[in-house]
Amino acid sequence: MFANTISKKDLALLAVFTAAVLAGPIILKPIGAGYPDLLQKFAIYGIFALGFNILFGLTGYLSFGHAAFLGVGSYTAVWTFKLLSMNPIPAIILATIAGGLFSALIGFISLRRSGIYFSILTLAFAQMSYNLAYSVLTPITNGETGLQLTQSDPRALDVAFGRDYGAVLPVSDLFGMEMQGYPGFYFCAVMLIVCFFISMRIYRSPFGMMLRAVKSNQNRLNFTGVHTRPYALTAFIISGMYAGLAGGLLAVTDPLAGAERMQWTASGEVVLMTILGGAGTLLGPVIGAGAIKYFENIFSAFNDGILMKIFSFLPEVLQHLAVSISSLFVGEGWHLTLGALFMVIVIFLPGGLMEGVTRLSNLFRKQPPDDRAGGTPHPAPAE
Amino acid sequence: MDAILLQVLNGLDKGGAYALIALGLTIIFGTLGVVNFAHGALFMLGAFCAVTVKALLGITKVTLDPTQTTPWGAPMEIRQPYVEVWFGDFGTTLLDYSVPVSILVAIPIMLLIGIVMERGLIRFFYKRPHAEQILVTFGLAIVIQEIVKSNFGANPIPQPAPDMFNGMIDFGVALGFDAGNVVYPAWRLIYFLFSVGVIAAVFAFLQFTTFGMVVRAGMADRETVGLLGIDIDRRFTIVFGIAAVVAGLAGTMYTPILSPDYHMGMDFLVLSFVVVVVGGMGSLGGAVAAGFLLGVLQSFASMNEVKAILPGIDQIIIYLIAVVVLLVRPRGLMGRRGVMEQ
Repeated sequence: MFANTISKKDLALLAVFTAAVLAGPIILKPIGAGYPDLLQKFAIYGIFALGFNILFGLTGYLSFGHAAFLGVGSYTAVWTFKLLSMNPIPAIILATIAGGLFSALIGFISLRRSGIYFSILTLAFAQMSYNLAYSVLTPITNGETGLQLTQSDPRALDVAFGRDYGAVLPVSDLFGMEMQGYPGFYFCAVMLIVCFFISMRIYRSPFGMMLRAVKSNQNRLNFTGVHTRPYALTAFIISGMYAGLAGGLLAVTDPLAGAERMQWTASGEVVLMTILGGAGTLLGPVIGAGAIKYFENIFSAFNDGILMKIFSFLPEVLQHLAVSISSLFVGEGWHLTLGALFMVIVIFLPGGLMEGVTRLSNLFRKQPPDDRAGGTPHPAPAE
Repeated sequence: MDAILLQVLNGLDKGGAYALIALGLTIIFGTLGVVNFAHGALFMLGAFCAVTVKALLGITKVTLDPTQTTPWGAPMEIRQPYVEVWFGDFGTTLLDYSVPVSILVAIPIMLLIGIVMERGLIRFFYKRPHAEQILVTFGLAIVIQEIVKSNFGANPIPQPAPDMFNGMIDFGVALGFDAGNVVYPAWRLIYFLFSVGVIAAVFAFLQFTTFGMVVRAGMADRETVGLLGIDIDRRFTIVFGIAAVVAGLAGTMYTPILSPDYHMGMDFLVLSFVVVVVGGMGSLGGAVAAGFLLGVLQSFASMNEVKAILPGIDQIIIYLIAVVVLLVRPRGLMGRRGVMEQ
């Protein structure tokens, strides 16, 4: 329905994106990321970050509680598996709806304040959900163990259609295609492409323009008689739905849900993904999510043995020194790398990788830097 | 009545910790205009000062005693901490009082850490948006946390209080209740008194010294103070150091109550931010009042009678209050006009 308004440039971008995502297993093979488990994570966290970016990148509202929506999505999806069907489609639809409803509730309250107050409010709500999921809501969330499938789940729809999984623990399947490995990845990939398309449409729409106006000067909008809160709330709900969908997909590829997905460090992670890629840019969040998950995977797999091999070209004394220093940053200490990366990006490249790319290309073109470069990372603060 | 008193007392020590951290956060925010997400990490570093001091004091000298043998026939190893070897009884006392002693160590260390942090990182962020300040200090907090984790491990390290304060105080007797009704761990009472002392010292410092006067003037109007020829940046650096010391001391003294581990800072940080917001961004008195208030309310919420009516309320009470306060009184309990309201 948008086909008549979509510009050629966007169409090309969408085509390239689609091709790159679908060819992901081949493209990412040389860097050792061409296996389905990791690719699924790329796609899922890509969706999560895309959604977060619609809120943070466009409206400038920094939410520190988005992990709550991810968690709600996961719980909803697992409950759908348990009660209705192992088919992923109802699961992700319900997860998206649950994410949307939950974010509508939280957004309605949180968006009454802005700036740091908004961040604290979202953080408070997320922590509240996390604490409740661990304690009182144990009948729903199964507390610390996490919500899991069992053989005796009712699965009403599957029973109605005469599907019987026998005496094994079922995995999610799309009309007989198991959502593990590559089929699982392609299911997520299709979702990612759809989400990317939607977010692109939002960016180019008058609504997206309005959200940018909210970011750059909310007061002026209010003075001109525009009520900004409904716009911000819509953006909040959309990003909550993205998060719910991502949570649902996490449950599709691996049917269990735990409260730790809602912890505020998880919210911090999606902020980092978005910032790393470039907040307010279309592609940035997906790239950021991919980069974080890739490095997490690579770095946390390192151990001293591998490091010894890497530094084996050094003399022995230096080798041990290099290993003992770098072992701080890998394996268990991967979070140290993450934190350091976080700081480096915010200090030197607040526009993220996309700003870096733009800067580089400007350097080569020898043109005066375009002031819209990198999706305007530095809006003038509203006074 | 005595049950209520007991819950109030129970909340005071935690409230003291919240108040101290929130006080530091507010000072930093009021002077430098920076939202410091690494403040919880400073609290945690303070706690690990105590761990380090205890470990250093506890270094033992191993001597072989040939007159005694182990059941396996080898000479018995006698382990004795060096401080005891060197100082005798005084060494033993020193070891027993390792937590209070570490305060002496924590003050210079935390001051140094605070000043280095401000000069090395924070000062570049004065003019940047709050979102970026939050993010960079969040990153710093993770880095500090992980460094501590790699040095001290992931498990909590228990720190005993000095023997003298290890017992309970029958607090009720002093107030005329029956014995045994209001019994309270001595160290928690010490902690409460300590936090009140530190808070009073900070307020006195800001109120009655020339330095404090300049700082207060700088909080009100930084530019004018600069125009008067005062190097306000240098003063603010020291203020940041002081805030770090306050957070650090809160952590050091808290170790007997809660065994320190690497993520204790994060847990307290989230709550302290809520405290700051409830108290009112930029209001020192508000931060302190809200700290104690929330601590006490949290302790009431964890009473079994309350939990029976509202299950789970103890987990969420602080957040719930924050939500209500922000919606009803957007500036917090004692917030000033014009702070963070663009």
